[in-house]
Amino acid sequence: MEQQARRPGTPVQPDFDRLNRDWYIDKVVQLLVFLGGVSAIVFIIGIFVFITREGFGFLLGDFNFREFFFSPNWRPTSETRETFGILALIAGTASVTGLAMLIAIPFSLGAAIYIAEFATGKTREFLKVTVELLAAIPSVVWGFIGLAIMNPLIIKTFDVPVGLTVLNAGVILGLMAAPIMTSIAEDALKAVPDRYREAAEAMGATRWQVIYKVVLPAAKNGLLGAVLLGVGRGFGETMAVLMATGHSINIPTSIFDSVRALTATIAAELGETAAGSSHYQALFTIGIFLFVVTFIINLVADLVVRGVRKG
Amino acid sequence: MFKATVLNRRNATAQRVYRIALGGMTGILILPVILILGMLIWKGAPIISFEFLFTGPTKGMTAGGIFPALLGTILLVLVALLASVPLGVAAAIYLSEYAPDNWFTRAINLAIINLAGVPSIVHALFGVGAFVIFFRFGTSILAASLTLAIMTLPVVIVATRESLQAVPMAFREACWNMGATRWQTIRRVVLPNAVSGILTGVILEVSRTAGETAPIMFTGAAFFLPLLPQSVFDQTMALSLHLFVVSTQVPNMPEQLPYGVALVLISLVLLMNSPSIALRMYLRGKKKW
Repeated sequence: MEQQARRPGTPVQPDFDRLNRDWYIDKVVQLLVFLGGVSAIVFIIGIFVFITREGFGFLLGDFNFREFFFSPNWRPTSETRETFGILALIAGTASVTGLAMLIAIPFSLGAAIYIAEFATGKTREFLKVTVELLAAIPSVVWGFIGLAIMNPLIIKTFDVPVGLTVLNAGVILGLMAAPIMTSIAEDALKAVPDRYREAAEAMGATRWQVIYKVVLPAAKNGLLGAVLLGVGRGFGETMAVLMATGHSINIPTSIFDSVRALTATIAAELGETAAGSSHYQALFTIGIFLFVVTFIINLVADLVVRGVRKG
Repeated sequence: MFKATVLNRRNATAQRVYRIALGGMTGILILPVILILGMLIWKGAPIISFEFLFTGPTKGMTAGGIFPALLGTILLVLVALLASVPLGVAAAIYLSEYAPDNWFTRAINLAIINLAGVPSIVHALFGVGAFVIFFRFGTSILAASLTLAIMTLPVVIVATRESLQAVPMAFREACWNMGATRWQTIRRVVLPNAVSGILTGVILEVSRTAGETAPIMFTGAAFFLPLLPQSVFDQTMALSLHLFVVSTQVPNMPEQLPYGVALVLISLVLLMNSPSIALRMYLRGKKKW
């Protein structure tokens, strides 16, 4: 490194020492890393701009708000009259995500409480590592598990003709979302200062009373954030629901019905459409809808976890 | 000594019940997955051999190996890393070392959360709209890798930012007081102390990238290709998509083959994860501060 011109005995404020090369390098690096930071915003805006750009023609032309959101008929390739209604697809996504959350929320919160508050030492490390590894299993492997293992299991256990149903995808999605929710919820519990627990224990509370009356209320926002992120994850999951739902357009009346999800529809049909056709543009319009909904979920989760604490 | 009252005893019982119930819930969450993984190994392991890993698929993919898919996944991951690691580390340095606490920084953080939260299929649509069509890369390794890079950018940013912030402020102050500029301090003091955390993030990103399917389906991964890719503008096969194809798209598939593909994919992902976890535990044990 070059010797800088410096008056001995005085503290040097690097940013005011402008007459050397290091000062310029410093400014250039500052600009570069700033651009890196801004890139996240550029990309998120870019995503919105580019999917809107492709879906725009549909929004101006064939798009009919009532039909799009309230018609259960998704017939994009009909010879007589094409209809683009995503109500059944929304019902498919909602039923699968709903069932997944019914499974994942209680179990992942329970597991988070156990890992954060009860488990100690080696058990705790083991559980944490296992949960982390489970969270890393790719979604296409989950889809394969739904197809190859859950499907015959459901057919045999419940004596039904098809096993690729809301039940299958819901269980798969629940098992998939639970590890992520567990680790986020555990972080939220760990963020509660130890002095809260110590104060409660000094008052004679048992471990469970401490958790129930002190830790859970204090970690409430973080836990809610974990749940919301789990919902967002289930809502946006693609490969697993594509492979495990049965992929038939249907408003489900029981958990043994096959359904089709919004994400899966895009994944299954985009490859077969001609670029620029109404069908192609309608799929991008579903993409815009997915983007907006997940954006709102993430925004709310962020406000719940951080905004409320500030105010 | 104290004598246990009725209340004490009731509390102790309640305590034990809750402990067992919560522990049981943890077990119910983990056990089925372990059983499933065991089944994957049991059914998939017999088919895996040197030939399975290093030859191409034959007979309409119902026989032969997975080499083009394996190679394709490695290529996709490498190109994605080249794009996302420099960008992600730069973003993390900005957020940890430069960013003031204002609305703009908050907007960046929100954007990062959203990049991680947007459905993978929406990233795929973005890849098609931006890289395949607008930038005219066509369906290629380049387009698929850039899509993956943007999707997994938050993994690198978050891991790097955390490890940078774990370096105590006193280290930086000491360095500034010696007359170093901000960048000299980051390069000589902050980064060397955070490098293992950054590596952890990179490894984690590799495992995420290798497993993704939806973002590459329409941007550069193909169901089947007779030839290996020659440049980044060629299409490629990929392990994750290959699992989807052999388990849903091909008739008369022998039962074992998809299990074998699933086992290779999951081993790849978990093996990439383990060093990252081990590294982190090791470092937590020997932190100097």
